[in-house]
Amino acid sequence: MLKVRVIPTLLYKNFGLVKGERFNSWRRVGTALQSVNVYSIREVDELVFLDITATEEKRQPDFEIIDDLTDECFMPFTAGGGIRNIEDIHGLLRVGADKVAINSAAVVSPGLIRDAARRFGAQCVIVSIDFKKYRDDGYEVFINSGKTATGLTPLELAKEAEELGAGEILLTSIDRDGTMSGYELDCIRQVSEAISIPVIASGGAGCPQHFYEAITIGKASAVAAASVFHFTELTPLDVKHYLHQHDIPVRLPDTEPK
Amino acid sequence: MKKIAIIDYSMCNLDSVSRAVDRCGGTPSITSEASGIRNADGIILPGVGAFAEAMTELESRDLIKPIKTQVLERHVPFLGICLGMQLMATKGYEGGVTSGLDLIRGEVVRLVPDSPQTRIPHVGWNEIIKIKASPLFQDVPDKANFYFVHSYHFKCDNEYIITTTQYCGGFVSTVGHENCFGVQFHPEKSLKTGLLLLRNFINIC
Repeated sequence: MLKVRVIPTLLYKNFGLVKGERFNSWRRVGTALQSVNVYSIREVDELVFLDITATEEKRQPDFEIIDDLTDECFMPFTAGGGIRNIEDIHGLLRVGADKVAINSAAVVSPGLIRDAARRFGAQCVIVSIDFKKYRDDGYEVFINSGKTATGLTPLELAKEAEELGAGEILLTSIDRDGTMSGYELDCIRQVSEAISIPVIASGGAGCPQHFYEAITIGKASAVAAASVFHFTELTPLDVKHYLHQHDIPVRLPDTEPK
Repeated sequence: MKKIAIIDYSMCNLDSVSRAVDRCGGTPSITSEASGIRNADGIILPGVGAFAEAMTELESRDLIKPIKTQVLERHVPFLGICLGMQLMATKGYEGGVTSGLDLIRGEVVRLVPDSPQTRIPHVGWNEIIKIKASPLFQDVPDKANFYFVHSYHFKCDNEYIITTTQYCGGFVSTVGHENCFGVQFHPEKSLKTGLLLLRNFINIC
């Protein structure tokens, strides 16, 4: 049976890892390499690494850093931030990323999704959608690290991304980011039910129950989190034990060979 | 040390595979030339991407004949990973009908969801069910988890099936015939279990 993935997200800014709140007030949380190594030792299901200021600073992805980070990483690694063209994607895959997360470019140049899926396969193209709650009745997609409104709803963008050939959607609530107050379940459910590619819920996880809700209420295929793993004692394995106890299929290390 | 040629046809997560081979005690040699394939003890064809594009890339580098000669005539051990496994088939249906390497008789077709909740691509950790004993799976327990990410799968005769996996009604997750092996999952991304499988492959070489 396919297992639900629990994915730590690493946010990278100016040579260090950071964790903020509502996409602002970034705090440093140690160097990137150390974190990747810790998660490698803990044998997490998968890692997502986002270079959050690359697009804003008009930088290319930092291929050297991705190369270093994936050295000891024998699990799936997704790289995002600063991807603008097919060469960026090729470069990231070449140095060891398995998938790429496209955020701003998915709105600015959606043709990139189609070209990337055709060239590298749908399975390695994740479209990363950041959204805010808009008044009471809807949601809006923001790009450039949550700074630029797009007039699109997450549902519209997710459907378009699926049509263009994206393999997964990483759906992040800016309002919930770093608050540890729970996922934006309504939006996650809306998107999950409307498309047939996997949705990774992100933004707001604060305790094991939140992950459970994202799967059962939000219908997400995978759950991502950052703050809760950086700032509390909770580990991805603790979350998986909780999910396992509540009949959600997860990969537990005791099933692996010694 | 066994020299393992990792074929570079610009469709691969080359570094991941190369690092994993190195970790497993092989000497990885990334190559896009026939000579690199000819002097290796084992050949790995990795790959992420689309079937038709991949065959075009292999063809434009004149790699198809050297691969077939080494594998089918000189019996050099061969491991196809993910798209690399799919390319071992007779033909593929991704992006039109395309001829494959035809190392193992079979076809590559799209996964068909067996329920409204089933999502394509099949992404994540899933179990392999052992159908036939193989040196590739020595010490790998039945129902071990490997990492998958794919939308197409390999259809072939029962005699070539080494493992299957439950998704979309079940599909072939490992094929094998003599010195030829193909895995739909990514051993280089499947932590300890994946490295164990790669070590087994290097031992066969």
